[in-house]
Formats: sequence, C-alpha cells, structure tokens
Amino acid sequence: MTNRPLVEVRDLHVRFRGERNVHAVNGVDFALNRGEVLGILGESGSGKSVTLKALLRLLPERRTEIKGAIRVGDEDVLALGPEALADFRGKTASMIFQEPMLALDPVYTVGQQIAEAVERHEKCGAAAARRRALEMLERVRIPSPERRLDSYPHEMSGGMRQRAMIALALACRPQVLLADEPTTALDATVQIQILLLLRELQRELGMAAIFVTHDIGVAVEVSDRIAVMYAGRIVETGSVADIVRRPAHPYTRGLLASTVHGAMRGRRLDAIPGAPPALSEAPASCSFAPRCGEVQPECHARVPDAVTVAPAHLSRCLRSVAAGG
Amino acid sequence: MSGAEALRQGQEAGGPAQPLLQVRALKKHFPIRGGMLGRTVATVNAVDGVAFEVAKGETLGIVGESGCGKSTTARLLIRLIEPDSGEVRFAGQSVGSEIPVAELRHGVQMVFQDSFASLNPRLTIEDSIAFGPRVRGVAEAEAVHKAHDLLRRVGLDPAQFARRYPHELSGGQRQRVNIARALALAPRLLILDEPVSALDKSVEAQVLNLLVDLKQSLGLTYIFVSHDLNVVQYISDRVMVMYLGRVAEIGPVEAIYRDARHPYTRALLSAMPSMDPDRRTQEAPIAGDPPNPINPPSGCLFHTRCPYAEAVCQSTAPALAPVKDRHSAACHMEIAGSGHSKARPAA
Repeated sequence: MTNRPLVEVRDLHVRFRGERNVHAVNGVDFALNRGEVLGILGESGSGKSVTLKALLRLLPERRTEIKGAIRVGDEDVLALGPEALADFRGKTASMIFQEPMLALDPVYTVGQQIAEAVERHEKCGAAAARRRALEMLERVRIPSPERRLDSYPHEMSGGMRQRAMIALALACRPQVLLADEPTTALDATVQIQILLLLRELQRELGMAAIFVTHDIGVAVEVSDRIAVMYAGRIVETGSVADIVRRPAHPYTRGLLASTVHGAMRGRRLDAIPGAPPALSEAPASCSFAPRCGEVQPECHARVPDAVTVAPAHLSRCLRSVAAGG
Repeated sequence: MSGAEALRQGQEAGGPAQPLLQVRALKKHFPIRGGMLGRTVATVNAVDGVAFEVAKGETLGIVGESGCGKSTTARLLIRLIEPDSGEVRFAGQSVGSEIPVAELRHGVQMVFQDSFASLNPRLTIEDSIAFGPRVRGVAEAEAVHKAHDLLRRVGLDPAQFARRYPHELSGGQRQRVNIARALALAPRLLILDEPVSALDKSVEAQVLNLLVDLKQSLGLTYIFVSHDLNVVQYISDRVMVMYLGRVAEIGPVEAIYRDARHPYTRALLSAMPSMDPDRRTQEAPIAGDPPNPINPPSGCLFHTRCPYAEAVCQSTAPALAPVKDRHSAACHMEIAGSGHSKARPAA
C-alpha cells in the first residue's frame, strides 16, 4: 500500500450545464505521490482550476456533471456525503486561492478563523486551537503574530492576507495542498516571498501539493513535475526540466516560445495563432490541431493517446514518438 | 497655423531632436476624506514630482508595483486626471496653455488593461472606432472606410468583425479593437496601460507583435506601462522604475536590466521567477510588502525595505542623479558626498 499514490484522478470529465454547455474537463488522468509538487500549467479556459476545484468538490453541484474517479488518501472524493466531505476539506486536502479577501471571512478575526478550523477538525478546546493559530501565524512569518491573531482581514496588506490564508489552509496539517494561482494578484517582490514560503512549508510538513498557474516561471519555481493543460486535457506531463528544456507537445513548445523574456528583444515572437476552442462540444479530436503548425490530416480524426516519449514524460500528440520506438 | 494643426502634421519647432513629451515636476496628491464632516484626513502622494522625457519614435517602459503611481502618471499625461502641479509639454508645447486638452487627444491616445470596460457595449466595433473621427467632423463614409482600414491593420477582417459587439469578441480581439480605436485619430503618442496583462501568453505574444509592427509602419511613439518586467524589457528602449509615486531609476533598457543602480530596481529584477529548474530562486531579495502610500516613509521612500539603508536615507530624500550616460537613479549611494558610506566623496 505504501507505493500507492496519494492522489489519483482517472478519466475526469466535468461539464457545466446551463444556458450553454461547457465541456471544461475532458478526460484528465494524473497521480500525485506523497510529498510531491505537481504544477498544472494552462491558459484561461484550459480547465486547470476546474480540475483543482473538482478535487475538493467545490463546483456547484446542480449545474455540474462530474464523471470519472478521484481518490485522495483513502477517500473516494466523488462519493463523499456532506458530513464526510466537511471532514475531508481542510483535514485531508485544503485549498488556497488567488484572492484571500474572498476566502477569508471579513467579520471574524484571522485568529478566530484558524482556531475554528482547528476545533472543528481536531476536536480540541478553544485555548489549544488558539495556540495552534498563533503557531501557524509564526510559521508563515507574519510579523507580530500575537497582535495579528486579533486582526481582521481588511486590516492586513495583500501579502500578509495571503500568508494568513496559507496559515488557515495548513492549520490542520492536510496531506495535500491545492493552490489556485495563489500569487497571481501579488506584486513581484511579494510573489517570490510567498512562493519561497510555500516551497519551504511543503518540504517541512512533507505535504503533497498541486499548484495551478498560468505562469511558467511560477511553475518552475515550485514544482517537481508539470502537467500542461489545453482545452480540458493534459497534453503533456513531465519533470520541470522535461517541460522547459525538452517540450514534446507542439502546444507546450508554442507556449514557451510565446512567453516573453529578455533574450527575445528585437526578435519577432513566435505567437501561437488563433485562440483556444469554446468547448461547447466535447472535443472529438486533438483540440490544438486548428492552431498547430505541425497538423496532419489524422489529427482531426481522433483524440490522440498519451505517448511516453521518455520515462515519466508523456505527450498527447499523434506526432510524438514513443521512447525506444 | 494653429498649434494643434502643427502637431498633427509634425511641423512643430525643434525637429527630430525635440522630445515628443517633456514632463516636469508632475504631482498629483489624492485627498482621503473621513469623519462626519468629510474633512481631508490624509493624502496619497500618488505622483510626487515625476520628471522625464520621451524622444520621438522611442518606447518608454514604466514599471513598478501596485500603488507606485505608474497608471496615475499615464492618466495625468493624457489629462484624464488634472495634475496638482507640474508641466507636460507635447511636441514642445505646454499642455493646457499652448495646446487645449481636447486638441492634445489628437496627438496622444491611450489603451487600457480592461479591454471590455473600455468599449461601449452598445456600439458595434465599427462604430466604436469611427466614433472619434465622426465627432471631429469626418464624413460618414470616410469614417467607416477608415475604421475598416484600421481593423485590417490590427489583424481583424472587417467583413467578419465590423458589425460585431464587444461581447462577441475574445479578450485578444477586443484589445486589437481598442488599439484600432486609439489609432483612429492618427496620434503620434500611444500610452499603453498594461495592454497585455489580462491576456493569455499565446495571445499576449500576438498583441506584442502587432504593437511592434504598428510602431514601425506608423512611426509611433509609445509609453508602455506594465508590472511585467519581461514584457517591458522586450518592448522598451528606455525604462523608468517607479516606487511610491517617485522615479527610482530611469535609463536605457540594457542599463536597467544589466547594470541597475537602485537597490529597488535590483530587488525587482531578482524577484522575477527563474525559468531554469537548476537555478531556482533561493532567497527573496526583499522582505515585506510595499509600504502604504497613505503614510509613506520619510527620506528615501525605499529605506524601510532597503538592505543598504543608513541614517541619511531616513532623513533625506535622494534626488534623481545621473550615474552614467542617460541613466539616472535616486539613491544616496550614487550621489557623491551624500553622507552614505558607499557614496563617493564629494568632488
């Protein structure tokens, strides 16, 4: 049993029903080991946040159709009843968001919110819960933590609120932390502090983490492995070095080529033409084919299977060549 | 010939050596009102004595974190906000006295970050682009013809897009429309305020290519405001770094990125995430958040976060001083005889 991954997602499909249907996630598979950090990289509408929210069952139940299997630890997440789900959230898996102002309750102090979570999950007394809250604020290095325990979220700066949200998410020692663009709204000098803090806490607590981001630089800073998503599918997975140095999928290559950095000064950017598909229909072939420079007739015929291009490096492209083949 | 006509035709005095834009001691302080009587209880020094020039045909990048005053500066330049004091000269003429603000908009136009909020949702794309010329008396047929021409220039087929409404377009397409609209009055200076920040990477690259092409074919001058140091390095000839309403450093793009002199510029650059898995960032260059602009620190505004801060930094605000050719920094370490232990002695 020890070799079993901590998180396993199999053939996950998420469809939103409403005025128009959106096939947001179209067959996502991945596994995450204990203590491992997976970065999910994708543009808006790629399904990266929806995948993450499905792991914590945060999607609106009435309008969402979820198929497939999600296992975290010993829990079959899609089968959890309301009570078991409440136990699961915060204790087994917990999430941090882009906008802490929306994740924190404005009418309770930061200390009260952290203590409430600790009392709920660990069935301990108020004094012990408050002690844990203080310890967490120290851990995320909020200056003068005793005083900040009694601060309301609006009394804190953006970076400090983000730290408070991390303290809340980690207060009950979850086995996996789900992070949804947690540094996107922060200033550059604050972003790097939060990234380093998350990396350090993840290591110290031996936690697994899934880090959703649109920023390749951020994914490189925090991840062990990266999964690149496009139109609701993972198109490539590999180690960070595989993805940034030896990208196999044309979309990953396009994304890297269109990510601006200093060395490109004076050169034309190799932008990917066009825009991602609307996903009102479930894609029946390679979703990237209409924008792909290497497209072949058979790309429009079927959904490509994942090809193992090197050990632990998978690409969902008909043109990718299997290792040793 | 009126000043406005002269500036449209580029016949102003000074020739190519005359900077297109000269900004001196620009200031804007926003009062914060509170209490029962709505008295001013504090002020935000959003822009506090900013001075710079933009040469004809160059791109000046303005970078800084939130609250540094970069967007307020952009809005002051085009007079969406009235400055408290200071002077802006466009093509050698003082804005407000020698050129009326309405005429300034013939020469200077702006593109904003939020591509949806900056288009009227009830106007078709064609009408949005033709709106400015129509108001200024261009005949109907000509205005529409011009709008179609501009759509083609920004890479949108008029047959497909002209009659659409903003909500029927993607973010990247809408930003192209905003650029076309800004070009409708044939301006010489385009102020781009975070124009690609809301776009996905693959679309961002398309819009950056478009901006480079347009600048070349139309002989435009750009002011490019952004928080993204990679994008600014790609597009700018010169870069101005702002911190809490003041200029920290300004210089040619190579000097700023390779030989930054202000500790804040250096911190900002080393805070950029690494793209190399073998060289991940090990230590944050500076701790803490940018200070609240309502009660900014004394002296050098950066001294509260600066690893080199000394007594002089707390007491005296450093002036922007030249460190090299066309490169200036506002740091006591660069000012001879400032009293900082790392400064050269006074000559």
